Amino acid sequence: MSTALTEQFERGLAAPICLTWELTYACNLACVHCLSSSGRRDPRELTTAECESVIDTLRRMQVFYVNVGGGEPTVRPDFWHLVDYATTRGVGVKFSTNGVRIDADAAARLAASDYIDVQISLDGATEPVNDAVRGAGSYRTARRAMDHLAAAGFRGFKLSVVVTRHNVSQLDEFLALADAYRAQLRLTRLRPSGRGADAWPDLHPTARQQRSLYDWLCAHGERVLTGDSFFHLSGYGQPLPGLNLCGAGRVVCLIDPVGDVYACPFAIHESFLAGSVRADGGFAAVWRDSPLFASLREPSGGGACRSCGCYDSCRGGCMAAKFFTGLPLDGPDPECVRGLGEHAMAMAGPVPRPAADHSRRAVPVTITRRPCDESPVPRAL
Amino acid sequence: MACAVSTSASVLADDAFDLDRPWRLDERVAIRPEPFGALLYHYGTRRLSFLKNRRMLAVVTTLAAQPSARAACTEAGVPDADLPVYARALAVLASSNMISERGVV
Repeated sequence: MSTALTEQFERGLAAPICLTWELTYACNLACVHCLSSSGRRDPRELTTAECESVIDTLRRMQVFYVNVGGGEPTVRPDFWHLVDYATTRGVGVKFSTNGVRIDADAAARLAASDYIDVQISLDGATEPVNDAVRGAGSYRTARRAMDHLAAAGFRGFKLSVVVTRHNVSQLDEFLALADAYRAQLRLTRLRPSGRGADAWPDLHPTARQQRSLYDWLCAHGERVLTGDSFFHLSGYGQPLPGLNLCGAGRVVCLIDPVGDVYACPFAIHESFLAGSVRADGGFAAVWRDSPLFASLREPSGGGACRSCGCYDSCRGGCMAAKFFTGLPLDGPDPECVRGLGEHAMAMAGPVPRPAADHSRRAVPVTITRRPCDESPVPRAL
Repeated sequence: MACAVSTSASVLADDAFDLDRPWRLDERVAIRPEPFGALLYHYGTRRLSFLKNRRMLAVVTTLAAQPSARAACTEAGVPDADLPVYARALAVLASSNMISERGVV
């Protein structure tokens, strides 16, 4: 991407390119690294009518597609209605799911539309590695959903993997798995957000693993999606493909299940709360007028990283990763390729806690079996 | 940042672009004007692309109504000296199926 265009993106766009909308905090799983601390539905979640109103706004703003997540979005009783409502109005839907509701019928329906894309979350190429993070049975649930999608002829769905210390050695296996399903591999960075803050010390890749991840991405970059989430590794050398900058409030933002708008999906904290879709003017006014977003669209001086030779490549890394590890936002990323983040973390102050915790019980140390076919969402919405 | 931005501009077309053929925007492509030009999104390939100025936007949006890409450029006020630059940009769009030749299946 040209520098001129990158600068345009830093100043913000008329509408987000990449809007994440978490439809519910309800989830049948309890992944140890859940970025939104999901589990139980929040009674204040947007109603069906409110969701339709948000979709109408997105259509007027010409948002091409929305990345729907959760929680597990498909457990919302009006999920399929909302997908239809969006896609018939030209707002594409990419949704992330653990696969629990992707049966043969759902797969056939999904395969029939150009306006729908599906991301199946899988955090291990093998059952033990995956289930240690996502819970017992989750690997088989995901594979069953992938089987259904492939059988329905859905080409190019996404196999979405959060790279951890325990699966970073399985990248070739993930790629082979995606190829076998005619799917596309998507790798994203583990963030210390939500329950991920507790899991991060044990799950985030070691410095050596980060280097091998970077080399792997350089070798396979054109075939693998990354959500541009590894730009902090560009400090190793050649920039990784994509948008090497923090998109928070510029090209990215989050609508959470209760309608609050945050600068990015990994920053559910009052410091990054820009407004609510329920306020006058709705989402469009938040995107356009939020003082927080205006400040994020100002040029950043680079702070403590300004004099570093890597800054032009890594741009200081991920705002959310810094924030939830207690690091200053204008300093190095906790996974700074020069090791400056580790040094800073040794001096860091108290770590902020996320704004909301919808975990269904105390954060599990070990994952216990949970039924996958039971909706935690009450039938009456 | 949680954002799959595909820069299809990196996919350069090998073939020269034929300015004298009739072209059109793919019907599955949506366009959103932006201060710098426009964003394009193709719902079939799920790829995003960029138009780097408003004149290029005018070219792309008038393609289907003009007998040739050259005529669309003229209509949009592209100076003759700039035609090679616009032809290259159109070639990139063609290589990512954002635009296609009319009458070619």
